[in-house]
Amino acid sequence: MSSTNNEVLIKVEDLVMHFPIYRGVIRRQVGSVKAVDGVSFEIRKGETLGLVGESGCGKSTTGRTMLQLYKPTSGHVYFKGQDLVDLRPEPMRLMRREMQMIFQDPYASLNPRMTVRDIVGEPLMAFGQATGKEIDNRVAELLQLVKLNPDFSGRYPHEFSGGQRQRIGIARALALNPSFIVCDEPISALDVSIQAQIVNLLEDLQKDFQLTYLFIAHDLSMVRHISDRVAVMYLGVIVELANRNELYQNPLHPYTQALLSAIPVPDPVWSETHHRTVLQGDVPSPVNPPSGCRFRTRCPIADSHCAEVRPAFREVAPDHFVACLKV
Amino acid sequence: MADSLLEVHNLETHFKTSEGIVHAVNGVSFKLKSGETLGVVGESGCGKSVTMLSCLRLIASPPGKIVAGEALFHGKNLLTMPGEEIRKIRGAQISMVFQDPMTSLNPVMTIGKQLAEPLMLHLGLSKEQARKRSIELLGLVGIPNAAERLNDYPHQYSGGMRQRVMIAMGLSCNPEILIADEPTTALDVTIQAQIVELVKRLRQELGMAIIWITHDLGVVASIAHRVMVMYGGFIIEEAPVKELYANPKHPYTLGLLGSLPKINEKGRTRLFSIEGMPPILYQKPRSCPFAPRCVYAVERCWQENPSLEAAGPDHKVACWVNTEKGGERA
Repeated sequence: MSSTNNEVLIKVEDLVMHFPIYRGVIRRQVGSVKAVDGVSFEIRKGETLGLVGESGCGKSTTGRTMLQLYKPTSGHVYFKGQDLVDLRPEPMRLMRREMQMIFQDPYASLNPRMTVRDIVGEPLMAFGQATGKEIDNRVAELLQLVKLNPDFSGRYPHEFSGGQRQRIGIARALALNPSFIVCDEPISALDVSIQAQIVNLLEDLQKDFQLTYLFIAHDLSMVRHISDRVAVMYLGVIVELANRNELYQNPLHPYTQALLSAIPVPDPVWSETHHRTVLQGDVPSPVNPPSGCRFRTRCPIADSHCAEVRPAFREVAPDHFVACLKV
Repeated sequence: MADSLLEVHNLETHFKTSEGIVHAVNGVSFKLKSGETLGVVGESGCGKSVTMLSCLRLIASPPGKIVAGEALFHGKNLLTMPGEEIRKIRGAQISMVFQDPMTSLNPVMTIGKQLAEPLMLHLGLSKEQARKRSIELLGLVGIPNAAERLNDYPHQYSGGMRQRVMIAMGLSCNPEILIADEPTTALDVTIQAQIVELVKRLRQELGMAIIWITHDLGVVASIAHRVMVMYGGFIIEEAPVKELYANPKHPYTLGLLGSLPKINEKGRTRLFSIEGMPPILYQKPRSCPFAPRCVYAVERCWQENPSLEAAGPDHKVACWVNTEKGGERA
């Protein structure tokens, strides 16, 4: 966040991820869940890109597809100039040292039968980076980094609280000195007072190790706090992307505007004086998304034109991208 | 006395676990006026849900046990009245909306049947009347094509719609008190905003009192008239909503508000974080339960647990320290 320059670390080009739906005796494909449907963006070295949207909008799928945890339907992901999509398994495996992930649910993402030492030390063993005593030392070092007592390394995940487990997950992600980490809702399962601890820790680590983050979340105020730039997703597409202050002060897409207006503000006076734009209805199904602009079914300003043309994702001001026909 | 609908005195609830007796609620007292919305704020395990469940005697026993206190509803103690009597109150005069609409609706029963059940039971409506009233209720909470959707099962509804059904169910018998336990926590922000607006509209139309349990200080700011903050099974601060946010006094409340990112934040500020974790109390604490995490703690905090005392007009706090001026409270 501090040392943002313009060097691009990751470039995503027209990424598409459709999950097939099979039906019937011969498992014929009858349709597909269009989880990610053509997204393009860049993440610069040392920055935090926030990715926000409601559940089911494809933000987690985007993060996972970038790391090639799913094989994308089409599109490209360039990491340090190298296209990950075409990479053969072994070079891809080695590339994984550079990119790690922190998961949402600290209760489900740690193996309950492994000790903390084994969990945090596993990446070191998998890549043959350390053996025996070296692993113990490195694990102790990593636990200290995330402010856990190294004496706890013989314990099992269930002996820790949610916040502590999330720290274990972070230590595991840091084990191989990655340059890029996908943080997939790392704080949404935690209590309010613990959330701030984890966010501060992530910020400290970023400063100390020049990490680049993709920070996926649905909590817009926390995303604003941690991100340099923010992308807003709706039903598999990015509708707006801009510098965080620009996005929060001058949102152009009607969805971004509605999303920002829905943030619960911890100030009773603010709530009285500000009018909320409350969106009607629910997010449509990604199996059969609306034609043209995907937001048109809930959009307060949509007209017939919006049903026909899919709006292009274009730069309307320096570093401010939006996909809307009305802007 | 006459104007408070629900009055709780010194409520204490314990849970027996393999590790010992957990003191979940430790002498909680509060009053709810008719038509008022009371926000109850705290982190998981602070006793906010258990307090309300205890009032309705919905604590599974064993392992739970209400060991002391009374909960007076219209002057009658809910905790000691015969089971038959409280069953007539639950779901009728006091109703509850739970956090997770997927697990609190019966998946093998149509929405219509589930809505009709309390109407037939409490109001003695016939099947046909109950059906009509159910359609009205679904319309009230903003579900389109209510008559057709009555025959759907819960899985055919989205999360936001299921929560609306829960609210419709809670309102079905025109309750005097609606207890909403984290009703928007499982929902997306845009749907959360819909539900909050809905409840605000309904309370104006129907005039019931609401107890809104949540950990979200943002949601509470927009809906509550008065807020209680709980920690370790105690109420540690209580004030009208504007007073509490403008003038928080307890170090824990200060910390919670400080740990939230500001909406108009521009530069890089570090979030204030409360170190440590909330406690699990295996015995009634003699010292202040927040002292181990408190940056203001003084000698006395380790020796005596402060009780909830007036600290200004209509503002109560349980803390030895005067956080504004420094030093101990008089």
